[in-house]
Amino acid sequence: MSEDTPIIQFKDVHKSFGRLIVLNGVTLNVERGKCLVIIGASGTGKSVLLKHIVGLLKPDAGEIWFDNQRVDTLDVRRLMDLRRRIGFLFQMGALFDSLTVLDNVAFPLVEHTRKSEEEIRQIAEAKLRMVGLANIGAKMPAELSGGQKKRVALARAIALNPEVILYDEPTTGLDPVRSDVINELIIKLQRELRVTSIVVTHDMHSAFKVADRIVMLHEGKIAYDGSPHAILESNNPVVRRFVMGEASEQELASLNGRPTGDF
Amino acid sequence: MPSAVVEHVGKSVLSALEAFGAFWRFAGSVFLWLYTGLGKKTLRLMPPLMFEIGVKSIPVVAVTGAFIGMVLAVEMYNQFRSIGQENRLGAIIGVSVVKQIGPVLAAVMLAGRVGGALTAELGTMNVTEQLDALRVMGADPVRHLVVPRFLACVMLTPILTIFSDILGIVGGWVVAVYGLGIPHGPYWEHAENGIGNWAVLEGVIKSIFFGGAIALISCFKGFTCGAGASGVGRACTESFVYSFIAIIVFNFFFARIASEWYVALYGIRSIFGG
Repeated sequence: MSEDTPIIQFKDVHKSFGRLIVLNGVTLNVERGKCLVIIGASGTGKSVLLKHIVGLLKPDAGEIWFDNQRVDTLDVRRLMDLRRRIGFLFQMGALFDSLTVLDNVAFPLVEHTRKSEEEIRQIAEAKLRMVGLANIGAKMPAELSGGQKKRVALARAIALNPEVILYDEPTTGLDPVRSDVINELIIKLQRELRVTSIVVTHDMHSAFKVADRIVMLHEGKIAYDGSPHAILESNNPVVRRFVMGEASEQELASLNGRPTGDF
Repeated sequence: MPSAVVEHVGKSVLSALEAFGAFWRFAGSVFLWLYTGLGKKTLRLMPPLMFEIGVKSIPVVAVTGAFIGMVLAVEMYNQFRSIGQENRLGAIIGVSVVKQIGPVLAAVMLAGRVGGALTAELGTMNVTEQLDALRVMGADPVRHLVVPRFLACVMLTPILTIFSDILGIVGGWVVAVYGLGIPHGPYWEHAENGIGNWAVLEGVIKSIFFGGAIALISCFKGFTCGAGASGVGRACTESFVYSFIAIIVFNFFFARIASEWYVALYGIRSIFGG
């Protein structure tokens, strides 16, 4: 398999929930070993896009490919094999709250390897050190802060040395300092593990820091696809406003109580 | 206007059928895992669940069982006495308890205590994406979470039913003998004649189905609950209501079939005979 072929491909993917159209013909190639950041307003289908890659959601139309395998038609067993190659960091961490931190990180190893308990414990501890959280293995997730939870979840996501790491809003809900810790971690893992990363976020600071390439979703379609530098020069008003963090006149009008039709 | 009503009815029927189908697919996947994937890992998850579902339910089941036995004695005593048959109270309390009240009441208490907790636990895991996390780590949440809970419920409901039966009989006996002055010997003699192995077995066997229904319905409701705290809350309520209905309806049909079989095999045996 050539290094040049995209590791993940979306081919004209459509997805709606009831009457709500979330993805409306998304075509996207993700290059190996790079960090792709997907930005867009809340509810524009960024997380939905991510969940299609691991087969948690199936498209209404279109195709999703992972390393020359079509994901959306894969049978359960093959899908399980594919998922082991992908680490997924959920928005709120999604740590199992009945297990200790160490058991959480060890979970994928217990599930998918035949290593001894001692080996698994060592690997899990090494992964925790990698995210800068040695010595908290015995704690329960409920005792951790938001930032710690995400780092533990990240340690769990990299437990099986995945080829791809998917980050679902990794910095949402964290203060700027803790957000930066996560950004640095994404860059560090990218460099040390040579993984492909896809980061879904609406935190532009984070996007500029980690991205090799930025894709913006708007109304179910790709509104921008290019380098982090070029996005600053985009002529598309939707893209410009998002990057600068400015509301549109229509959105402001709704604050003043004027009817707008859309909102 | 009438077309809107028809549309509404049609939609409700369709969504109910859809949910029913989804439930049986869910149940099917549980049975499939029971058949193919019952390994050490699943069994290792069971002791804490059995403690939570079984041991912690004993007080509730025992107290309700005992008081139902006691109240049966109080309510029936005067009627039986008026026809001079108060010594037979032991038989009628015993049969009521082991065939109906013991298993049904134990199951209803479990639907409330355990079913609600299962739905809340799995529902919270669902809304906090823990179920998705299991899926993306290549672990089937049905196998990991539902199968051990289903097994624990199916194994423990009969045992809790037996607790409920025993306490019901003892409760009835205490009130009848010490409260209402029925002589000890005849009370037990009639109880022994009245309660056959069939009656006890019938209660215990149906309780296995009750346990299975509670586990499947509560886990399914947790897996399919709506977003947020309100979604989990609604799922808990529905899980209890549906479990309760399932128990009561199943109980009726089971009783019909069991009583036909009994009559076919042994004929009618009267508590008032002999």
